[in-house]
Amino acid sequence: MQQTAMTETALTGGFSDAPQQSARAFRAAMNAMARPGLIEQVDGAEPPAPMSKAAGVLALVLLDGETPVHLAGALDCPQVRDWITFHTGAPFAGREFCAFAFGAWDDLMPLGGYRIGMAEYPDRSATLIVEMPALTAAGAILRGPGIKDSAALNLPDPAQLARNAAQFPLGLDFFFTCGDALAALPRSTRIEVA
Amino acid sequence: MQEYNFAYLDEQTKRMIRRAILKGLAVPGYQVPFASREMPMPYGWGTGGVQVSAAVLMPEDVMKVIDQGADDTTNAVSIRKFFERTAGVDTTERTSDADVIQTRHRIPEEALREDQILVYQVPIPEPLRFLEPRETETRKMHALEEYGLMHVKLYEDIARNGAIATAYAYPVRVEGRYVMDPSPIPKFDNPKLEMAAIQLFGAGREQRIYALPPYCNVVSLDFEDYPFEASKADHACDLCGCETSYLDEVIVDDAGGRMFVCSDTDFCRGRRAAGHIGVQGTPFEEDAA
Repeated sequence: MQQTAMTETALTGGFSDAPQQSARAFRAAMNAMARPGLIEQVDGAEPPAPMSKAAGVLALVLLDGETPVHLAGALDCPQVRDWITFHTGAPFAGREFCAFAFGAWDDLMPLGGYRIGMAEYPDRSATLIVEMPALTAAGAILRGPGIKDSAALNLPDPAQLARNAAQFPLGLDFFFTCGDALAALPRSTRIEVA
Repeated sequence: MQEYNFAYLDEQTKRMIRRAILKGLAVPGYQVPFASREMPMPYGWGTGGVQVSAAVLMPEDVMKVIDQGADDTTNAVSIRKFFERTAGVDTTERTSDADVIQTRHRIPEEALREDQILVYQVPIPEPLRFLEPRETETRKMHALEEYGLMHVKLYEDIARNGAIATAYAYPVRVEGRYVMDPSPIPKFDNPKLEMAAIQLFGAGREQRIYALPPYCNVVSLDFEDYPFEASKADHACDLCGCETSYLDEVIVDDAGGRMFVCSDTDFCRGRRAAGHIGVQGTPFEEDAA
């Protein structure tokens, strides 16, 4: 572990009222996970660049000392590391041991490096929080649990995500974040490449 | 109010439960283990549901709690008071006004909306438990989709009784994968499991959380020649006259007198307020106890 002085940005930008703000943020995250493709807005965290507000909110809501976290690419910088350490206490880990991974799509690759759960415990799998340049309800067609007819979302690599879904009930779950917006893609969603 | 964290549980516990809820939604019907906490009520009184509710409640939510469809039974009243005191949320008895509904053994008659959440209290989450007592074995059976034993059980029902006698906690198959116990709701409620709201199931003593996302495919197990039937007492509600709601049979005297009333008290009240009167009903008055 590096013994450098924490940057001042690490100490700010957390929830000012954790119980209430994390309750509202979790509702948005749960709605997104229950309704794949639905884009929700969240508020309350000001993580250091280059982490998006939505990814910061998810970190505050989901991470603690019990969840090894992996930072990929540009997010793996002292500012973001210090911020996550100060606000959540989550230990950092390689992709093969992490419960949550944050990063841009290309930096998070390959998907094969993450835990997808075991037949008896499919919940022992990683959740990837993918920073996106944009989030729009267009692109790949989504069907399955949580979706009345069909939904659409601009997935980074629909073909690869469809292969992830084919492993159901094993597989990875995803949040996609951009600015203060987030959407989710659980492994149960069937993906048609548009 | 100041003595408790919002919604009683500490933040670390809520995070752990929230992570389990997300996994449950991602793998519908799969029972996610979670580190269930001691709650200030005994196991069997809805501690699983209470912990799930505490993890999903927002300060501005309106909450409703029902026990066998009724808002005014001991379990419902005490859980409602618990969240009034520890979360400071408003409560209601009206299904349509509620954001979060915690339920014991019923699904409200009124169809739920997309913005509502239904939280079930679950005593035994494992549908195979009474057929195979070992957790290591049932876990393997789920992993291998080995559900033949459940069909044998339903078949034995038919062999002994001429029909599938299972009347509550009737097993369902979720999205063609996991067999799930919908908690001890009457099988009358099974068709309603495919709904617009998010459904979360919490088993406190057994330390399991599972979930059904909205519009999830849920099929009650049956046979081609003995199809699933959502049955109820062949009667109309004696208070509101409803012929389609699930009924409770109430003994009213020592001479064998009985009446059938809607198990969903809010639904029955709403119908009576709208002017429907059953055989033994009286015109609705707002203050009538």
